[in-house]
Amino acid sequence: MLKVEEHSPVEFSADLIGRFDEIIARYPGGKQKSALLPILHLVQAELGWLSTTAMDKVAAYLQIRPIEVYEVASFYTMYFLKPQGKFMLEVCRTGPCCLVGAEKILDHLETRLGVKEGEVTPDGLFSFRGVECLAACGYGPVLQIGPEYTFYENLTTESVDQLIEDLKKKS
Amino acid sequence: MSDNKVKVTIDGITVEVENGTTILNAARQIGGDIVPPAMCYYSKLKGSGGKCRTCIVKVSKGSEKDPRPMPKLVASCRTTVMDGMEVQNITSPEVLEARAGVVEILLINHPLDCPICDQAGECDLQDLGYEHGLQKTRYEFERRTFERIDIGDKIQLHMNRCILCYRCVYTADQITDSRVHGVLNRGDHSEISTYIEQAIDNDFSGNVIDVCPVGALTDRTFRFKNRVWFTKPVDAHRNCPTCSGKVTLWYKGPDVLRVTARKDQFGEVEEFICNTCRFEKKSTSDWAIEEPTRISDTSVIAANHYETLRPLPVIRPNEELREANKKELEKTVKY
Amino acid sequence: MSRKLLLEHINVPGIAGLDVYRQKGGYRAVEKALKTLTPDEVVEEVKKSGLRGRGGAGFPTGMKWSFLAKPEGVPRYLVCNADESEPGTFKDRYLMTHIPHALIEGMIVSSYALGAKASYIYVRGEMMPQIRILEKAIAEARNAGFLGKNILGTGYELELYVQPGGGAYICGEETALLESLEGKRGNPRIKPPFPAIAGLYGCPTVVNNVESIAATVPIINDGGEEYAKIGIGRSTGTKLISASGNLARPGVYEIELGLPVEEFIYSDEYCGGIANGKRLKATVAGGSSVPILPANLTLKLANGEPRLMSYESLSEGGFATGTMLGSGGFIAFDEDQCIVRNTWNFSRFYHHESCGQCSPCREGTGWLEKVLHRLEYGHGKMSDIDLLVDVARKIEGNTICPLGDAAAWPVGSAIRHFRDEFEWHVKEPVKSQTQNYGLADYAKPIEKTAEVKAAE
Ligand SMILES: Cc1cc2nc3c(=O)[nH]c(=O)nc-3n(C[C@H](O)[C@H](O)[C@H](O)COP(=O)(O)O)c2cc1C
Ligand code: SF4
Ligand code: SF4
Ligand code: FES
Repeated sequence: MLKVEEHSPVEFSADLIGRFDEIIARYPGGKQKSALLPILHLVQAELGWLSTTAMDKVAAYLQIRPIEVYEVASFYTMYFLKPQGKFMLEVCRTGPCCLVGAEKILDHLETRLGVKEGEVTPDGLFSFRGVECLAACGYGPVLQIGPEYTFYENLTTESVDQLIEDLKKKS
Repeated sequence: MSDNKVKVTIDGITVEVENGTTILNAARQIGGDIVPPAMCYYSKLKGSGGKCRTCIVKVSKGSEKDPRPMPKLVASCRTTVMDGMEVQNITSPEVLEARAGVVEILLINHPLDCPICDQAGECDLQDLGYEHGLQKTRYEFERRTFERIDIGDKIQLHMNRCILCYRCVYTADQITDSRVHGVLNRGDHSEISTYIEQAIDNDFSGNVIDVCPVGALTDRTFRFKNRVWFTKPVDAHRNCPTCSGKVTLWYKGPDVLRVTARKDQFGEVEEFICNTCRFEKKSTSDWAIEEPTRISDTSVIAANHYETLRPLPVIRPNEELREANKKELEKTVKY
Repeated sequence: MSRKLLLEHINVPGIAGLDVYRQKGGYRAVEKALKTLTPDEVVEEVKKSGLRGRGGAGFPTGMKWSFLAKPEGVPRYLVCNADESEPGTFKDRYLMTHIPHALIEGMIVSSYALGAKASYIYVRGEMMPQIRILEKAIAEARNAGFLGKNILGTGYELELYVQPGGGAYICGEETALLESLEGKRGNPRIKPPFPAIAGLYGCPTVVNNVESIAATVPIINDGGEEYAKIGIGRSTGTKLISASGNLARPGVYEIELGLPVEEFIYSDEYCGGIANGKRLKATVAGGSSVPILPANLTLKLANGEPRLMSYESLSEGGFATGTMLGSGGFIAFDEDQCIVRNTWNFSRFYHHESCGQCSPCREGTGWLEKVLHRLEYGHGKMSDIDLLVDVARKIEGNTICPLGDAAAWPVGSAIRHFRDEFEWHVKEPVKSQTQNYGLADYAKPIEKTAEVKAAE
């Protein structure tokens, strides 16, 4: 059972709705449900995560039942059903990356950020988690940061430290 | 033989069926113990089947035209027969072994709380475990657990027991006019849920209880909870404006403990009933009584051997099934 | 240097843009196909080329196209599978990042062959940068008149859209991909019907891998027969290999099929040997789903003949001594890697990625992972090894989609070839936590046995 995290109201801007409309135009008439995944990405980029309120709004916009949105959002790993740090560092933890040290990077992040996988640092800036193969095995270890999904390759503990410092300055 | 009929042979018994019939339904036309068990398929629900894999069979001859055997075991509920097809179910040790594997796997995360489960005695999984299961589980890890939730005041969900057959989802999609529950998450974290605790509020929502093959969805209005084999089922009907009004009443002494749809010999409801009949008509005076319900021979209720842990009787003597049940006979303690 | 068909111009500055791509001969295939060939003739060329699907299954592309149902008045779709998530595989990302027009051009040619008026490229959601690259390339192609209504004045019209996934390996399975594209959970469909009859929105659909689609460009430019001259036997043409793990030069390489495995690993044109001067212990030659092989069986067949990078040679010997080309994800393990740990890691992957629809895969993958975890961390029992083999066998072949098989094969093959190492983890629960089993005799050269065989 997923618990409701928040009931705060959600408004989609006219600009966002315009982008939804653009996406719907890609599919034949009546197949607007196809827009669900791309629209959820847009909403998450805007709000940082997907609250039930936000998902209900998406359902209303697409004229589908709310459960159809929950089913989808909870199936795919990219959608966050609870708030995350501003920067979610997602490190590949699958075989090929582990052959070249991905586990060390994950351990290092845990010490460095002082939180466990999936938690948020007290300043609200960082979360991290191991994710499955990111299709960059030849450049491992790798990590990505949404919502742009910028890629960082051939990581070392030093380059990760540098990245964290840069992100702190950026925020 | 007319154009739209095809011949199929299952465990040596030949039957002529409509073109487009599945192996499972052809087997049901033959009847008896060659019928593969079906935990997820439900003939009244479009799109159901293919998921639990208990109904797997071996196609030893594809058809008259193309006699090659199929390379893998197939789900009989979703494979249509071809003219001249030959199928092995209980005559194939390979099928029995694979099925025992599926049963073992289905049970690894099942709580095995039959002694306290409302469904005990009319649970397809319990029957399946008896008939095809292994002596004891080789699974030594903690079982998956979920909190029990109330879906409104009529239905309770014990997700621990769910085998993710999707029947309740199809029922809500096809029988009710709006589905509020579904399958959330994925893999072995999948769960049936409403996301937020929301009542399933619809005239026909109670049918999810009847289609559930296990005790995951149960009737919260079941009065003085009781083991079903202590209750006496009786067919009855009433003049109902919403549904057919044809039901089974479950009595203990003079009291109607609960009301369900009538089920056929394969455990499927004959006609879906409305929530008023199911949840609100609990006195004999609401109903016109017909006759005691005939219970399928394979049910634990009929076998009446639940306490003594004997295997279920088979309808006709069958050596293969006896062989498959041998392990059951050797069982000392079930859980 | 061997021939390059897809990556020939990959190092040309600006090749990701339309202008440079056209200067290097880009979009000739579109001109040729739309102006001089009928759709059926395009299909014919692809058939002649012998091209086999590059997404993993290796099914002949031309044949797949010819199965497409063509009922009157029903739209047909081409969907490109760019969900690339098989561990060890990263060639599609490479191609889309550096030479996106190769895919767009291939999509136009292929859509024309199939009579599709709207085609989708389903890209895994994590590849947002690539999605933007493709969208930009599509806009360029449309401005140049290669997309839209009446393309190049031929009357053919086509729209191309990019669709992001949401993070799910299973959406690489073609029917799960179609479900996902329809805005649903990525649950593979129960077949039949196959997509060629009822695919996207219930209409006839072809799903092809990025590389398969890009390969139609050189096939149309040079002709199917020319393409078929490259390679060996039924493995025609070139193939992108993603090389990862403990190699001196990991990366994406275009090879002519039939290249000896040994040359691929050790020559300076390709991977340049094992990193840090270590020795090779094992390889997974075609992406995580295919059986793992010890070093000796990687380089040589059981009879001592050299093993080649081709569909046939890699699978020579069946699962007893062979593996598969799969998606071309070549992962190398050096002597310090632990096979038990890697097997556990892969089984965690499949457990995590199972869609959960059918019981053997949903429950069985978790069981495998838990037992392997216990073995890896020194709490295993000898009987666990046979238990793993048995559970894997119960999953294999009994599921809705091949993910079940993909989860079972790595476990079965690791135990088949590295049983000693698994047993060592049970016998040495403490030592195995700090040390590695090492190379043992996994690299022991295989002698030619042809003469012995003949004498038998
Ligand atoms: C679990 C699973 C994952 C798959 N992932 C991919 C993938 O990421 N990319 C791909 O092209 N094919 C993938 N496939 C294979 C596709 O189902 C399909 O065979 C392929 O896209 C067909 O294209 P091709 O004939 O051009 O290879 C996968 C199959 C399975 C069973
Ligand atoms: S709750 Fe019951 S009917 Fe619904 S999926 Fe689970 S087992 Fe099937
Ligand atoms: S084999 Fe696994 S991934 Fe495929 S349908 Fe079954 S549960 Fe889903
Ligand atoms: S009844 Fe056929 S797979 Fe479940």
